Amino acid sequence: MSSVNDQGRRDFLKKTVAATSVTVAPGVVLHTLQAQAEPRTTPVTDKVRWGMLIDTSKCADGCTDCVEACDRENGIDLVNKPEGADDALWERQRPHWIRHVKLRDNMTGRITNLPLMCQHCEHPPCVDVCPTGASFKRADGIVMVDRHICIGCRYCMMACPYKARSFIHAEVAEKLTRTPRGKGCVESCNFCVHRLDNGQTTTACQDACKHQAIVFGDLNDPQSPVSKALKQYPSVQIRDDLKLNTGVRYTNI
Amino acid sequence: MTGKRSITLLAILVSGLFLGLGAAFAGEAVEGTAKADKLESCVEPTDVMRRRHFEFIKHQRDLTVHQGIRTSKHSLAGCVDCHARKDAGGKPVPVNAEGQFCDSCHDYAAVHIDCFSCHSTVPGGK
Repeated sequence: MSSVNDQGRRDFLKKTVAATSVTVAPGVVLHTLQAQAEPRTTPVTDKVRWGMLIDTSKCADGCTDCVEACDRENGIDLVNKPEGADDALWERQRPHWIRHVKLRDNMTGRITNLPLMCQHCEHPPCVDVCPTGASFKRADGIVMVDRHICIGCRYCMMACPYKARSFIHAEVAEKLTRTPRGKGCVESCNFCVHRLDNGQTTTACQDACKHQAIVFGDLNDPQSPVSKALKQYPSVQIRDDLKLNTGVRYTNI
Repeated sequence: MTGKRSITLLAILVSGLFLGLGAAFAGEAVEGTAKADKLESCVEPTDVMRRRHFEFIKHQRDLTVHQGIRTSKHSLAGCVDCHARKDAGGKPVPVNAEGQFCDSCHDYAAVHIDCFSCHSTVPGGK
């Protein structure tokens, strides 16, 4: 049984490497076009559903490239510890859009690493519980927070099964134009929505992953790399018992 | 001769001191350094902007956050990009700093704005 599994994984690795090398090439072309890419002028539609497939077998132990790229892209590295705040408290409460999770199978000792971010559910519990409508799902499947109407109640943080949301506890001195951030609002991964709206088709974490463990794209397009990979290889949703139909899937957990 | 030399030295030292003082005040915005300083009017006629700019920004904010429309005509990022002045060293000065574009009117009208508790006050990181 295990040999069959191993064979499957080997095939998967081989094919995915081939697939990603194909996708990387147009990605590079897209990068040069990005400077001229026009910002979106029409509303997003549900023709597109953004999603991601993460191959945990490629996710290397000790590598935090995706987390660091996310921090830089979204200005999270500009959020400093509030003066006089307790170190341990800060470590627990500082904002994270991607958390690096390490799983250990107690029986076999096998270690799995994976990045865990907002799973962009089709039926997001954070949206269900939000009393103001600040937590919402965009037509293209991205689950976001409208900070203009967020009152900071943190119900969504309680409701999220993935611990994906962070709360900004103190005023932030420096912020980027693309990622506004202020005291008293929740926030979480938004699939680098500013990139997508400006015509780019990649996320910062995907670009940063030198192991090519992250494939991002349109789940509704059968020709997109992510759809092809999902069709070909077995994948799981984390906590699929909740029937949330997540936009982020994992293989080899 | 030595006296003359020491006077020259003193003069250099004193001018150096003034230069140092000048550098300390380098945070002051220089007039004419904002893109908007060189333009006749904003994205709408001036009287319309004065009366309704907040409606434009608020309308665009909902379009941007919920529908992903990122045109810059009525965006706050566009306001900041155009109206933030630079200091003598070429560093942008926050658009809401005392005496700067947003503050100069809002201070007079005693209308407190919350935009910049979250949004960037200088261009950058689009």
